[in-house]
Amino acid sequence: MLLEAENLTKHFAGLAAVNNVSLNVKEGEILAIVGPNGAGKSVLFGLISGLLRPTSGHIRMQDTEITGWKPHRIARQGIARTFQTTALFDQLRVMDNLAIGYRQRTAGGFWSTLLHTRRWEEDKNRTTAKVMEILSFIGLAEKAFHFVSALSQAEQKRLSIGVALISEPKMILLDEPTGGLILEDTDQITDLIKKIHKVAGVTVCLIEHKMRMVMGLADRMIVLNFGSVIAEGTPVEISQNPKVIEAYLGGESVA
Amino acid sequence: MDLFFQQVFNGIMLGSTYAIVALGLTLVFGILHIPNFAHGHLYMLGAYVSFFLMTLYGFGFWPALIASVVILGLIGIVVERVVYRPLRDKPHINSFISAVGALMVLETSVIVFWGPQGRRIPNPYPGIVDVLGITMSYQRLLVILAAIVLIALLQIFIKRTTPGITIEAVAQNREGAMLVGVNVNWVSSLTFAISTGTAAAAACLVAPIFMITPTMGALLGMKAFVIVILGGLGSIPGAILGGYILGLLEAIGGGYLSAAYKDVYAFGALILILSIRPTGLFGKEGS
Amino acid sequence: MAVKFLREKWIYVLLLVLALALPLLVTNRYHFQIIIMGCLFSIATLSMNLILGYTGQASLAHAGFFGLGAYGLALMTKSGISFWLALPFSGLFAALIGFLIGLPTLRTRGSYFAISTMCFGVIVSLVAGNWIEVTGGFNGIVGIPVPSPIPLPFLGEISFQTQAAQYYLVLAFLLLTLLIMNRLVHSLLGLSFMAIRNNEVLAEAVGVPTFVGKVLSFVVANFFAGMAGGIYASLMGNISPGTASLDLTFNWLVFLLLGGVATLSGPIVGAFAIPVLMEYLQFLAEYRMIIFGVLLIVVIIYFPRGLMGAFTTLQERVQAVYGRRKEAVKGAARS
Repeated sequence: MLLEAENLTKHFAGLAAVNNVSLNVKEGEILAIVGPNGAGKSVLFGLISGLLRPTSGHIRMQDTEITGWKPHRIARQGIARTFQTTALFDQLRVMDNLAIGYRQRTAGGFWSTLLHTRRWEEDKNRTTAKVMEILSFIGLAEKAFHFVSALSQAEQKRLSIGVALISEPKMILLDEPTGGLILEDTDQITDLIKKIHKVAGVTVCLIEHKMRMVMGLADRMIVLNFGSVIAEGTPVEISQNPKVIEAYLGGESVA
Repeated sequence: MDLFFQQVFNGIMLGSTYAIVALGLTLVFGILHIPNFAHGHLYMLGAYVSFFLMTLYGFGFWPALIASVVILGLIGIVVERVVYRPLRDKPHINSFISAVGALMVLETSVIVFWGPQGRRIPNPYPGIVDVLGITMSYQRLLVILAAIVLIALLQIFIKRTTPGITIEAVAQNREGAMLVGVNVNWVSSLTFAISTGTAAAAACLVAPIFMITPTMGALLGMKAFVIVILGGLGSIPGAILGGYILGLLEAIGGGYLSAAYKDVYAFGALILILSIRPTGLFGKEGS
Repeated sequence: MAVKFLREKWIYVLLLVLALALPLLVTNRYHFQIIIMGCLFSIATLSMNLILGYTGQASLAHAGFFGLGAYGLALMTKSGISFWLALPFSGLFAALIGFLIGLPTLRTRGSYFAISTMCFGVIVSLVAGNWIEVTGGFNGIVGIPVPSPIPLPFLGEISFQTQAAQYYLVLAFLLLTLLIMNRLVHSLLGLSFMAIRNNEVLAEAVGVPTFVGKVLSFVVANFFAGMAGGIYASLMGNISPGTASLDLTFNWLVFLLLGGVATLSGPIVGAFAIPVLMEYLQFLAEYRMIIFGVLLIVVIIYFPRGLMGAFTTLQERVQAVYGRRKEAVKGAARS
């Protein structure tokens, strides 16, 4: 068991955005978290990644209690994430973005930087090599020197996935990785996610609205509505679950 | 014991000034999320405008005060439009820098026009009254009274009138307010105008008691920030309470401990309290 | 194009030669003094750039730390300690205080940090003006000795009584500061500072310990501010509470912003260009702060990266437009 979340609850001024949610993430699986808008999916990600502090509940990563840990500690523990709003360092170049993503894997600090020690040299070389590797993995090798603003929407999404991937995480949380993209670009991202799973061996947990895409991708699905889990199972089971169908009535059901 | 009560009285008067100035700032900082570093300098300008009108055009005390409030309200609208609005979606640090620029312009303009030395405004109510051994000058009593009236008026405005409720709505949910048709820009201008107008009123009331100098607003502005951060952004009760507490602390502390360092207390307190509670005494998590 | 030009090594060699030859070229004592001040303020603005330009934290206490260094060195050298020992200590003193102040204030949101540092800067000048026994109150400290001579084997000693010697001293420290800043910002560490500035939440999410980064940047910046203050005290001979004033911080802010934030040349350009400009526009001296204030507002709204930073922005824009055009052409070719 890679990640265990137990009775997670998050209150925002009286409203329970996430209400008593428990879930497990098995190592090596692709888990999809779905649900209508406002179901609490992004808040759940926020709790797992440390951005938000649970009002109550526990989170454990491979038997280590990570509840209440600050985001950078959780990142170093091996959980990487992307954001719904494609968060990138838009004042910097593509390769800088990736290099920052890899920073946690480098050891050098103030003194090694100041004195250009051997450790600094090693860090620099390792980072450069890793950045090149990820650039070709996500298909942005020609755009290494570009500023983020020169990239298309789809390329920016790929870059943010690359930034999460480069830190060699155990698990990657993808928050609507195809949000706002057309069919062709969505397929590209789906292929990338499959590659992450198979080639890099990273456990994937993703939030998605596009059911058709998720059906073909996920091993297991969890459905949230109004902050609570209403169904859990394989994609086939979920698509036949009456509660799920009811929750989606009037919302997006097939994409 | 007499000295103590005298200092309490002075503290209440001082606190009244602080309360009004902090109130204006908390409106702008809490509602518009603009840290208006120039607030203290706008307060100072209010005093100078009234001085200008009284000495050059022979305005009486009250007409000059009202004119100053109106003029500073207008200047506040200009400041919001020119200095802060273009930077609304940019990183906060840009607004600070812009504010510093505004502050520099205001302070130097006053020095250029009226010189760096202090000026005196004639006292319209020169009498004093002795109550239970405390000497109360009429002007100081006026400040306290006017503060109470002003605060009450502001409360009524915010809670009972449509523009006031609109301001609160924008504070709680800017986008929601826009969606229901509120002109957010107009609200920003109005809030700023109220903020600077009230500061001007406070300055005019206090001006006959002390001298007016180009730097009288600088320290006051910073203390207003301390009060607002400690009392809670956007909290009117916090600003009022904080203002009176600071006024009392300064008067009593200044009377019994060192007068020279009285200004240091407020600023030191800020850093101390932030080290314990980084969101301020009544602040909320997040944002 | 323009940026490429600045990357050419020979430009810097030329500038260095010019800088070294300066005492031979400048004969006017007054002008020379301005240049020396320009160098000192360059150290101040370069260090301010680290915390403000690269890490994106609005520290308005910079002159306060400059003053701490100045007063620290003054007190040490007046009680007999050699300048060469006192100087690093004045830097360390400023850095230590910076650490103590940074711990509570850097945990808060940006606005609170700006205000807290502003307040701290004022505390320093208030204490300097009122602690008469130690700081001499508003009269300050006078009679601070110039740096003690450095003995050279066989060649006698280098004394610092002349302007030329003082200039080379300041130049040496400026070059040292430049070297250190260059190493810090052109590195993974520098990238992590910029990440904090650009998107602190994201930086945290990818494993960058943002609090540590902010404190480090703040402490290093204040070390250099303190050291610059120490040099200032020794060369000026006397200091007063005005040395730590908010006005000085604001001046540096103008130099930094006009010259260009988040570049290494910007602060130096600003620290020299603007005082020199003001010298030529002496008749505007009274209105100096008004002009600076207006410039600050205009620049932060329309040219937020300053003069030298504008080159980078230009490059970015060109790339963005060019890049999108290529995509459009490719897209059209595809269909």
